[in-house]
Amino acid sequence: MTTKLFGEPVRRREDQRLITGKGRYLDDIGHTALAAAFVRSPHAHARITDIDVDEALDVEGLVAIYTYEDLTGPMAEPLPVLIPHPQLHAPRTGFPLANGEVNHVGEPVVMVVATDRYVAEDACDRIVVSYEELPVVVGVDAARAAEHAVHEEIPDNVAARHHQETGDVEPALAAAPRTLSFTQYIERSACMPMEGKGVHAKWDADDSSLRVYTSTQASTSVRAAIAAKLKLSLDKVEVIAPDVGGGFGVKIVHPWPEELLVPLAAINLGREVKWAEDRREHFIGSAHERQQRQEITVGYDDDGRITALDVHIWHDNGAYTPYGIIVPIVTATQLVGPYALPVYRVVVESVFTNTVIVTPYRGAGRPQGCYAMERTMDRIADDLGLDRAVVRERNLIQADQFPYDHRLTFQDGRPVIYDSGDYPGLLDKLRTLVGWSEAEHLRADAAERGKLLGVGMALYVEGTGPGPYEGGHVQVLGSGKVLVSTGLTSQGQGHETAFAQIVASELGVPIEDVEVTTGDTRRFGYAVGTFASRAAVMSGNAIALAARGVREKALRIAADVLEAAPEDLEIDAGLVQVKGVPGTSIPLRTVAVLSNPLRYAFDEAAKQATQFAKAGDDDKPPVAVGDAPGLEHRDYYSPIRSTFASGAHAAIVEIDPATWEIDVVKYAVVHDCGNVVNPMIVEGQVHGGVAQGVGGALYERMAYDADGQLQNASFMDFLMPYASEVPNIDIDHQQTPSPLNPLGIKGAGEAGVIPGTAAIASAIEDAVGRRIASMPISPTELYDLVRDPSSERTATAARREAGAMA
Amino acid sequence: MKPAPFRYADPRALDEALALLSEDGAKVLAGGQSLLPLLSMRLAAPAVLVDINRVPGLDAIEVDDTGVRVGALVRHSTLLADEGAARVQPLLARATANVAHPAIRNRGTTVGSIAHADPSGEMTSVLALTDGTVTVASAAGTEVLGWRDFFVGPLETSIPGGAVVTSAFFPALPQRSGTAFAEIARRKGDYAVCGAGVVVTLDGDRRVESARASYVSVGLTPEVHDLTDAVAGAPVEQADWAAAGELARTLVDPDTDIHASADYRRLLVGVLTERTLASAAAEAVAGATRE
Ligand SMILES: Cc1cc2nc3c(=O)[nH]c(=O)nc-3n(C[C@H](O)[C@H](O)[C@H](O)COP(=O)(O)OP(=O)(O)OC[C@H]3O[C@@H](n4cnc5c(N)ncnc54)[C@H](O)[C@@H]3O)c2cc1C
Repeated sequence: MTTKLFGEPVRRREDQRLITGKGRYLDDIGHTALAAAFVRSPHAHARITDIDVDEALDVEGLVAIYTYEDLTGPMAEPLPVLIPHPQLHAPRTGFPLANGEVNHVGEPVVMVVATDRYVAEDACDRIVVSYEELPVVVGVDAARAAEHAVHEEIPDNVAARHHQETGDVEPALAAAPRTLSFTQYIERSACMPMEGKGVHAKWDADDSSLRVYTSTQASTSVRAAIAAKLKLSLDKVEVIAPDVGGGFGVKIVHPWPEELLVPLAAINLGREVKWAEDRREHFIGSAHERQQRQEITVGYDDDGRITALDVHIWHDNGAYTPYGIIVPIVTATQLVGPYALPVYRVVVESVFTNTVIVTPYRGAGRPQGCYAMERTMDRIADDLGLDRAVVRERNLIQADQFPYDHRLTFQDGRPVIYDSGDYPGLLDKLRTLVGWSEAEHLRADAAERGKLLGVGMALYVEGTGPGPYEGGHVQVLGSGKVLVSTGLTSQGQGHETAFAQIVASELGVPIEDVEVTTGDTRRFGYAVGTFASRAAVMSGNAIALAARGVREKALRIAADVLEAAPEDLEIDAGLVQVKGVPGTSIPLRTVAVLSNPLRYAFDEAAKQATQFAKAGDDDKPPVAVGDAPGLEHRDYYSPIRSTFASGAHAAIVEIDPATWEIDVVKYAVVHDCGNVVNPMIVEGQVHGGVAQGVGGALYERMAYDADGQLQNASFMDFLMPYASEVPNIDIDHQQTPSPLNPLGIKGAGEAGVIPGTAAIASAIEDAVGRRIASMPISPTELYDLVRDPSSERTATAARREAGAMA
Repeated sequence: MKPAPFRYADPRALDEALALLSEDGAKVLAGGQSLLPLLSMRLAAPAVLVDINRVPGLDAIEVDDTGVRVGALVRHSTLLADEGAARVQPLLARATANVAHPAIRNRGTTVGSIAHADPSGEMTSVLALTDGTVTVASAAGTEVLGWRDFFVGPLETSIPGGAVVTSAFFPALPQRSGTAFAEIARRKGDYAVCGAGVVVTLDGDRRVESARASYVSVGLTPEVHDLTDAVAGAPVEQADWAAAGELARTLVDPDTDIHASADYRRLLVGVLTERTLASAAAEAVAGATRE
């Protein structure tokens, strides 16, 4: 029987629904709802001097117009700083609708509600907002120079100065046999889910209750935010994440202004109201990530062993800091990767700019950290004339050093202690998988074809599954159906399948009987959300614990009926039976019926159950003290700290020296996320991550001009790679289980994206022999770089040339 | 991203379409692959959309020895698959294969893309390179315009708003000639960063008689550059295509945008010219050998 499904490549049960157009996304809900649209700031920095709505009032179908003036109570206050931090000394957030000042193009100023979206946009077009433009700050360097301030009262533009150190870095650098200092940049990209954000709200005036559908990664928290901001009792607010067409981080931010304003309008107007974000709004009104300037000084010995690392980063946080300094902290602490660094100091200055806010995008600061660390390894190798893999190998934490304490504090406030891993194992597998030792052959072959070939690699360690907790509820019905719910949400990752596998395996039931619900506050009220590669680790373990609770109760009831000890029973294929005694069994569904002493014989299941029911003891209550009716269990998993997944990627690129086109001809991934629930889903996650990694390395960037106008706010000009741009991916797995959680798993959701930029930068540098210190890079930029006489040549290139001449 | 209000008409005859188009602010709707995004972004707000998709007689590809006439409703994908057209003027299929993705080619029309006059479109440059013409119908009657008189600026033609381009005519490939088309786009199917179409014609002694090129995403309107000087009279095997590429670089005046600098485009003009000329010449030789 196929109930032991943990670890099997079970096909994703949600796919049929999702790929045949049967998904129920936000915009599929509420066809008769009124539509909201927004007048957004066309300026990056300006004072609002007047809002004139007169012309819009004539538009037929207009229902309501809201400006900041219409907001009262908590709605008139700034949006919350979700995650405050002592080092975030100057947090700033916007208002649901701009209050006198706008700080980026796209900031919402006016909300219009009308009979449909067309009419709402017609009305928006006729609203005249007058602005007095203010000086604009774009990019980390301008923010740092602070000639102008984004927020008047923060003249240096610094929101936070995040600082961690594990020892005295200056003497350590002074004592280092060799040192290197360099500066590098990485640009902005964005999550860009296929489905933008969206909110639908319906107010039941008789019941004084609100139901909200929102395309979110955190429905329970949106619920709490709406209740607080609109002054409703929590029990009168339901929030449901329907099918969500991708999130990648942007939908963990909450409450978005629209998540408050749409319910506000629904309550005010007593009508259903819906807003579905369009692509242009998503570009200018959501979130981006990744721009940093990194200044790095490293000390090392003649063998390439690092003795000290000093990193100073300027991180562009955009106009506001609603998500605190999570991204800077993640960069600071995950930068260290799989390496043992005797002394490490990091300072991240998080600076304001007049651009869209920066919040976690898949990887959440890790791609930048990986880029800093891995490019440092490349520099050391280049300086010493060593193989880049060898330099990495010499600095790796060894398999017998776990738990490994980095003496740093992670995003969850807990110590960065790696729970398990085998980094030399990863590196060995990677070298084999990509054919690292063949590189010189390949280079010569390519040269014969007129191409420049380069190889690069990058390793990472990723803290996944941070707490504080996640919960699961499992209930067996008299029909045999097993209902599973967890509060965290799904955005297409395959949670329904993975969670069903866990329950089928734990409970011993056919997977077909298991139904999974996620992200619905009607079903589960306590949850944190889907981010930081935490769904499988957190909800997976919580659900496993809940299933174990159900199993225990089922065995207790069945033991009574079968007159056996619970230890002698097993559940297989939905049947509770005495081990080794065929025939002595009771269906689990019958146990479910028996678990409830109220048994009206509505159906066959209840009738069947009566044959097993024993007469109750006249001296005891029908439900024992401490027991509950029903075969169900709710449980929570709360880890002491994050578990650390790891991996290693390598890229081989070929460059046409006539056109400087860059082709990734091979991409290899070795991946370790502990015990794997479903290898097919994990590979899918890796593939998607690598696609975003390639996008971030070679195609995507947010092209802001000096006025803070985003010049490529469409899919025509923002070059998200197509399938045709994503290389084939070779994957090898390694499994070092986590000792921290019952299932031994680590997160896998973000891993694929992390090392892309670092590995591809390394490969391009290897191919062209010029230092690549700014990513992403496009052919036109590469052309500029190679013909610029002042661009730095690598020592490796010089050595290669000397070797060729000799 | 919803269009401003507009009226919609779908006439069943050309006369009717022309009458509807005489209204101020009327606009032709063909495949909608360029116009509808403009409407949705409210970058265009016509008063009336005159949908010509149900006008009979505009969907034919007519092929004879003189060339290929492409009707206003012929989709890119239909032209791409037309073997007769490809035989008489091979540039048609070669260039169309580079227009967007299959889904867009199934809706978008070749004539619509010429009427749209986007200097990043492949077919505008092919019309120029083949020295083609368009037939324009308006309330005033029908006229035939050469490409030079038709293209005025980026997204701008000489015809009045009320006119319909009923067909485009691409003259046949001359004898002893070969063509090639190549482009470089950031992603497969994107508008080109730079594209090049070329025609090489040999004389009876297999010497280069002429070499001409037209580029995509280079300059404000399609242009044809005569590169013959760099290779004139050279026996085809010895022609210095690189020199022709060098010459081309000096003749073009590309712009910088967020995807490429003017310098980079000029580099690509040189490279693509050299590569396409060599392959067009090989084709011309093969053709000449068959004769
Ligand atoms: C994602 C995407 C990628 C694309 N990539 C490319 C590409 O790589 N290369 C390329 O060349 N094109 C590309 N296109 C555009 C596509 O080729 C269009 O089909 C073409 O530009 C216009 O043809 P249409 O029939 O769709 O015209 P429409 O969109 O209907 O009309 C375009 C304009 O031409 C006018 N017009 C159309 N037909 C006539 C006529 N018969 N007489 C008078 N005026 C007329 C309309 O009034 C309008 O102003 C792309 C489009 C998309 C959406």
